[in-house]
Amino acid sequence: MEKSFFEKPRNIKCIRITLYSICFLLFLADGKIHHHADFPWENWFGFFSIFGFVGCVGLVLGAKYILRPLLKREENYYE
Amino acid sequence: MSNFPPALLFIGGAFCIPLLPTRLRAAFMLLLPVVGFFNVMTMPEGTYWVVPFLQFDLIFGHIDRLSKVWGYIFHIITFLTVIYALHIKRAMEYWAAFVYAGAALGVVFAGDLVSLFIFWEVMTIGSTCLILARNTDSARKAAYRYALVHIAGGLLLLAGIVLKYHNTGSIEFGFLGLHGLAHTLIFLGFGVNCAWPFFHAWLPDAYPEASVTGTVVLSAFTTKTAVYVLARSFPGTPELVILGAIMAAFPIFYAVIENDLRKVLSYSLINQVGFMMVGVGIGTELSINGTAAHAFAHILYKALLFMSMGAVLYRTGKINGTDLGGLHKSMPLTTIFCIIGAASISGFPLTSGFISKAMIISACGAQHLAIVWLILIFASAGVFHHSGIKIPYFAFFAHDSGIRTKEAPLNMLIAMGIAAFLCIFLGVFPQTLYSILPYPEAAAAYVPYTASHVVLMLQLLFFSALAFTILMVTGIYPPELRGINVDCDIIWRRGAQFFFLIVKKIIAPIDSAISHIYRAVGLVLLMALARFLSWFDWNGIDGLVDGSAHCVRSIGRRVSLVLQRGQIQQTIYYTVTFVAVILVAFVWL
Repeated sequence: MEKSFFEKPRNIKCIRITLYSICFLLFLADGKIHHHADFPWENWFGFFSIFGFVGCVGLVLGAKYILRPLLKREENYYE
Repeated sequence: MSNFPPALLFIGGAFCIPLLPTRLRAAFMLLLPVVGFFNVMTMPEGTYWVVPFLQFDLIFGHIDRLSKVWGYIFHIITFLTVIYALHIKRAMEYWAAFVYAGAALGVVFAGDLVSLFIFWEVMTIGSTCLILARNTDSARKAAYRYALVHIAGGLLLLAGIVLKYHNTGSIEFGFLGLHGLAHTLIFLGFGVNCAWPFFHAWLPDAYPEASVTGTVVLSAFTTKTAVYVLARSFPGTPELVILGAIMAAFPIFYAVIENDLRKVLSYSLINQVGFMMVGVGIGTELSINGTAAHAFAHILYKALLFMSMGAVLYRTGKINGTDLGGLHKSMPLTTIFCIIGAASISGFPLTSGFISKAMIISACGAQHLAIVWLILIFASAGVFHHSGIKIPYFAFFAHDSGIRTKEAPLNMLIAMGIAAFLCIFLGVFPQTLYSILPYPEAAAAYVPYTASHVVLMLQLLFFSALAFTILMVTGIYPPELRGINVDCDIIWRRGAQFFFLIVKKIIAPIDSAISHIYRAVGLVLLMALARFLSWFDWNGIDGLVDGSAHCVRSIGRRVSLVLQRGQIQQTIYYTVTFVAVILVAFVWL
């Protein structure tokens, strides 16, 4: 099957590395900005980065290991 | 004033649609929202179109800055969905869409609770027809459940309105506030349409069952109309902040494990309405502005996302994540439009979601609502995770499903293109949207693009993307699985089945047992009684009558033997004696 730009392993690796670099730079950018904070934790170094990452991992793990076993049924459950 | 009620234009127009030939119909339908838009734009603020009805004054034009925001966006989205739907030949879907949109406009501009309630119910009728238009068995069942839930909600609203009128004699629709039974019932009635937790299950149940275009129309009106009525009648109600925070958080968990991509979007719709609920609940000028702006932006990007998934469904006939993948090769433009919608809902800088959601989160911070603020930040990251990444990734990238199809039809591409343009336009020129918000001074003072704000949002989003990537690469991310996830609708779906089970297993056997007993005991007794009565009739009553007849006859015979001997003197003697006795008795007495 013909592979598009987004399916070639080399390009996927490129995209991933770009993403990692952007994340790294954004993380460091915390030292440069001055934020008008409503809450004290907004000024902790890397708060938004870590909150976003941990929040999403927690979301996926919670959905996968807690919610899905509890809620998933066959497609014809209500038939 | 040369303007006219917006609802009248759409609902009146809806009834002309089936009468027109196809070409003329398309032009007519495109013209209606354009005319309506300029109508709303030129409407001066105030109260218009007061119609006395029975003892009420129905107000069809309560026009202020708040209602005009909804008026504008409802016309824009109607215009876009008409373009998106132009390939459809049958008039029924158009009719339902215009009745539904017209009724939503009726609610938005209603100045009294009676006309609001009437339009509220017309919305239910129009939207149910849109679900029925899919014309499948499961759509019919979903439409039935949808209608029942909304009729129940409508009855709560009606009960509240009747009680309010009984208590105060007023049907005015303005600020109500959450106190007393009447207002609580109205509050709950609005909440059903707003997809509050527990009530929400109708939304992911029904929307994914509607037709390709039907879902796009549905996503715009019902919940946003409910947000509007709450913003008008219950701003600053703390309960709404709590409800909104729950709504923003829990649907994203469902969205992660859901397979049907239009259902994923339905859950993220609830999540976005949660932000608006928090905005209404806070009730400051900034938060009400934020709610209006977010409703406006949300209608556009949510419709865009539903349009792109609708195009996929239209071309491939499939919508489950398990069946799709690799479509960016066949549908590159749809992919781009979908990604723009996904970026907007995630609140990327330079998109409409960024400039609207930020206001609500800032309003939350200004009130120092720490927990709610944290939930909203988490929900912002989560919505990027499932709507922003999952939707485009599983439909257009991921593993190649092998499906090769055509790009979406031209009309769909044009509609998606305009919606995508507007998402970016509002993100780049936020003042366009801010200038029409309910509190113009507060909106003008708000600056969305500060360096720190942009960086913090990017940090949040890029680290969510990082989490997604790492979970994908390590294989921890849950694979898409066939199946459904039970939600609160289990209460009424299983509840109905349980009810029928009880009827079948308990009530029906009792009923037939009673019939048995009746046959065995009752009928026997009845027959015995009947036999006794007939015996009694025969022997008792008939015997008595016959016996007395015999008796009279034999007495008469004896008497005639004595009296009628044939001698005239004797007969005269008896007669005279009889007359004399009568006369003496008459005189004496």
